[in-house]
Amino acid sequence: MSQSLSTSVAQKLKEKVRHLWSFPGGIHLSGKKSLSNHQPITTAQTPKQLIIPLSQHIGQPADPIVKVGDKVLKGQVIGYASGSVSAPVHASCSGTVTAIEERLIPHPSGLSALCVVIDTDGYDQWIKCSPLIGDSSDSDDTLYQTISDLSSHQISDQIANAGIVGLGGALYPAAAKLRTAERMQTDTLIINAAECEPYITCDDILIQRRPEEVILGILLMKKVVGAKKCLIGIEDNKPEAYKALLNSLRGYNNTHTEAQIEVIQVPTRYPAGGEKQLIQMLTGREVPTQGLPMNIGIICHNVTTAVAVYHAVYRGEPLISRIVTITGGAVKQPQNMEVPLGTPIRDILNQAGLNKDKVEKIIMGGPMMGFALPSIDTPVTKATNCILVSEKGELATPPPAMPCIRCARCSDVCPMSLLPQQMYWYAKARDLEKVQDYNIFDCIECGCCSYACPSNIPLVQYYRYAKTEIWDDERERNKSNIARDRHEFRKERLEKAKAAKAEAARLRKEKLAKKKALDAEKAKQEKEKSSTPSDETKAVASSSADLIQEAIARSKAKKAQQQSQKKNTDNLTEAQQKKIDEINERRRNRSSSEKTEE
Amino acid sequence: MLSGIIALIVLASFFGMVLGLAAVVFKVESSPVVEQIDALLPQTQCGQCSFAGCRPYAEAIAAGEAQINLCPPGGENLVQSLADLLDVEVLPLGEDEAVVQGPIVAVIIEETCIGCTLCIQACPVDAILGAAKQMHTVIESECTGCELCIAPCPVDCIEMIPVKQTLKNWRWPEPQYNANNREAESIFTTIDHVLAENSRP
Repeated sequence: MSQSLSTSVAQKLKEKVRHLWSFPGGIHLSGKKSLSNHQPITTAQTPKQLIIPLSQHIGQPADPIVKVGDKVLKGQVIGYASGSVSAPVHASCSGTVTAIEERLIPHPSGLSALCVVIDTDGYDQWIKCSPLIGDSSDSDDTLYQTISDLSSHQISDQIANAGIVGLGGALYPAAAKLRTAERMQTDTLIINAAECEPYITCDDILIQRRPEEVILGILLMKKVVGAKKCLIGIEDNKPEAYKALLNSLRGYNNTHTEAQIEVIQVPTRYPAGGEKQLIQMLTGREVPTQGLPMNIGIICHNVTTAVAVYHAVYRGEPLISRIVTITGGAVKQPQNMEVPLGTPIRDILNQAGLNKDKVEKIIMGGPMMGFALPSIDTPVTKATNCILVSEKGELATPPPAMPCIRCARCSDVCPMSLLPQQMYWYAKARDLEKVQDYNIFDCIECGCCSYACPSNIPLVQYYRYAKTEIWDDERERNKSNIARDRHEFRKERLEKAKAAKAEAARLRKEKLAKKKALDAEKAKQEKEKSSTPSDETKAVASSSADLIQEAIARSKAKKAQQQSQKKNTDNLTEAQQKKIDEINERRRNRSSSEKTEE
Repeated sequence: MLSGIIALIVLASFFGMVLGLAAVVFKVESSPVVEQIDALLPQTQCGQCSFAGCRPYAEAIAAGEAQINLCPPGGENLVQSLADLLDVEVLPLGEDEAVVQGPIVAVIIEETCIGCTLCIQACPVDAILGAAKQMHTVIESECTGCELCIAPCPVDCIEMIPVKQTLKNWRWPEPQYNANNREAESIFTTIDHVLAENSRP
C-alpha cells in the first residue's frame, strides 16, 4: 500500500519535473472534438464494391498481381510493392475482381489513378493469417511468445508485408523508415498522439478504446529501431486517452525500469502535432532544414501506425482498414468508424447520415490541412483520417483577398520561423530561385499564416503552387538535359557517318588514281620498250612477233579449212548433191538479177 | 631621382608578375554565355526560332543576332529568365507564338505507318524507333514535342497529343482570388448527387 503510494507520488513528481520546450508561432483553434470523441468506434457495413487504389503511399505504386475475374479473400495481396520505397496493397473484403482501371481518387487534383475494383461477396472470408507472436494458449510451436524472442528483421519484414505506411498523413512506408532509423542508430522513438487539427478524433478514440494495442505496437517499433527512449506526445485536450495510456503503461514501466515509455501531455496549440513541432516540444531539438528527424537521432511515428504494427505482428493482419472520423455540423451522428480501405466515401456518409439541407463542403482531413473532395465516389484510403461535412457558416469561406499590408502576423504564427510574406511575394512573381532562398521546402503547409492573414490571402496555396512549380521546373530541366545529350549524340553520330562516308570515297578515289597511275606507267614502259628496245628485248620482241604471226597463220589456215570442208557434206548421195547444186545455181541467178535491178 | 624611378619600375614589375601569376593560378572557370543560354533553352531542337536547333539559337543570342523572344516552347518564363541572365528588357512573345499550350508528344498511328524511316531521320533526339518497312514508334519519354517529324511523313500518320496528367506531374494551380468560390461551386454539384442518392427509397 505504502509502496504503491510512494511510486505514484514519485510518478507525479516526475510529471512535474518533466521540462517541456516550446515551438515558435502556432495558433489556438476551437477543437470541435467533442462532436465525435465520446461515441464508441462503429464498424462500417461491408460495401457492395471496393475501389482500392494501387498507390496509397509515397513512392512507386504497387504492381497489381490479380486479374479481372479472380476471387480474392480478405487480406490477400492484390498488389506487390515495386521498389524499395513502396508498399503492398491487400483486399479489404473477400469478393471478385471486376476491374483494374483508372478511377477517381481522393486527391486535390481530382485526377484518376489505377485501382483494383472488387465486388464483395458478403462472406468476409479471411485468408490464412500468419502472426509472429501467439497467445500462450496457442498450440502452434512456430509462434514466439514475447517480443524479445523476435529479431528486428522479422518484425520489419512483417510490417513491410502488411503494407503499413505512416498513417499520420505522410504515407511513407513504415518498414523502410524503421530500417533507416535502425541503420542510423536512432535512440529516441517519439509517438505522435497530439492530433492537433480541429474535428479529428480518430487517434484519440483509438487510444481510449485500445490502449494495450497502442503500447504493444510501440514496443514492437522500439524493438526494430533499437531505441533507448520512447516518448508519447499527446495534447492536453485528450485527458481520457492520456489516462488510458498511463494505466496500460503502468505494468510495463514497473518491470522495465531502464527503458521507460513516457507519456507527455503537451499544451494544445495548433500545429503541435506537426512532426518537427512535437520533437521540438518534447526534446528541445530542432530538425535541421531539409533534414530528417533521424539526423538528430529521433524517429517519429503516429499512434495509428503503432496499432497497425500490433495487428500485423500479433494477428498477422495486413493494413486493410482504418478508423475514420466522420464529423461536421451536417452529419447526423458524428462518430469514428472502422472502415475497410476502398469503401466509397458515399457509403460511410450514408451510414452516418447527412442533414441534406445543411451540407456545404465535404473535406477529407481537417479544416486546416484538408482538401475538398473532388467527388464522394472516391474511396477511403490509408490517408483518410477524417471526412468533414460542414454546414453553412461552419467553415467560413474567406472573403476575396485584399492586398498584403505587411502586418507580419503570418511570420508571428509560422511554426517553422519562416517569412511567409516574402515567400508570398516571390511565389506570386514566380521567382522560384528566390522563394527557395527563403526555405520554402521547410514549410509544412499547416495553414497558420492563411488563418492569421487579415487580408485573407490564400498564402498556403501560393506555397503549394510554388513547390509544385519548382518540382516541375526541375523535371523540365532534367528532360531538356537528356534531350540535349541525345541531340548532341545524334549530331556526333551523323558527323561520324558522314566522315566515314567521305573517308570511303577518298579511299576509292585514291585506289582509282593509283590504278590509273599504274596503268599509265605500264603504258609508258611499253612505249619506252617499243621506242628504244635493247638487244635482249628486241630478240624477245621479234620472237613474240614471230609467234603472233604464226598464230595468225594457223588460225587463217584453220578458217580456210573450215570453210572448204562442210561438216555434213562428206557423204552425200548423188541426188542430194544435185539438189544442192540446183539451189546454189538459183541463188546465184537471183543475186545477179537483184544486182541488175539495182 | 634615378633610384626612385628604378624602385618604381622594380615594384611595378614585381606586382605585375604577381598579378599575372595569380590570374593564371587562380583562374575562375566561368561557363561562357552561350553555355548559360543553352542551359536555359528547352532543347526541343524544333527550329521554330528559325535556327537549326537550340545551340545555334543560343549562339545567335550571345552574338546579338537574335532576339530573346523567338522560342515558343520556352514561353514567357524563358523570356523572363533570358532577360535576367543577359540583363536586357523583357520582350513579349511574338503574336503567332503566343498560343499557350501544354507539353505535347508525338504519337505514330501504327496502322497507317508504312515504315519509310523519314520521321526517324527527321527526329533531332533519336526518339523514334523503327526500321525500313517496319512499323515505327515514338519513345514517349524522350520526345520533346518539336513536331519536326510531322512534315516528312508521307501518310500523315503522326499526331501530337498533350502529355497525360498524372499524380507525378500534377501541379497546384496558381491561386486565384475567387478560387474559394469556385471550389465551393464544384462541391455543391457533388452534394446534389449525395442528396439525390440519399432521397432514394
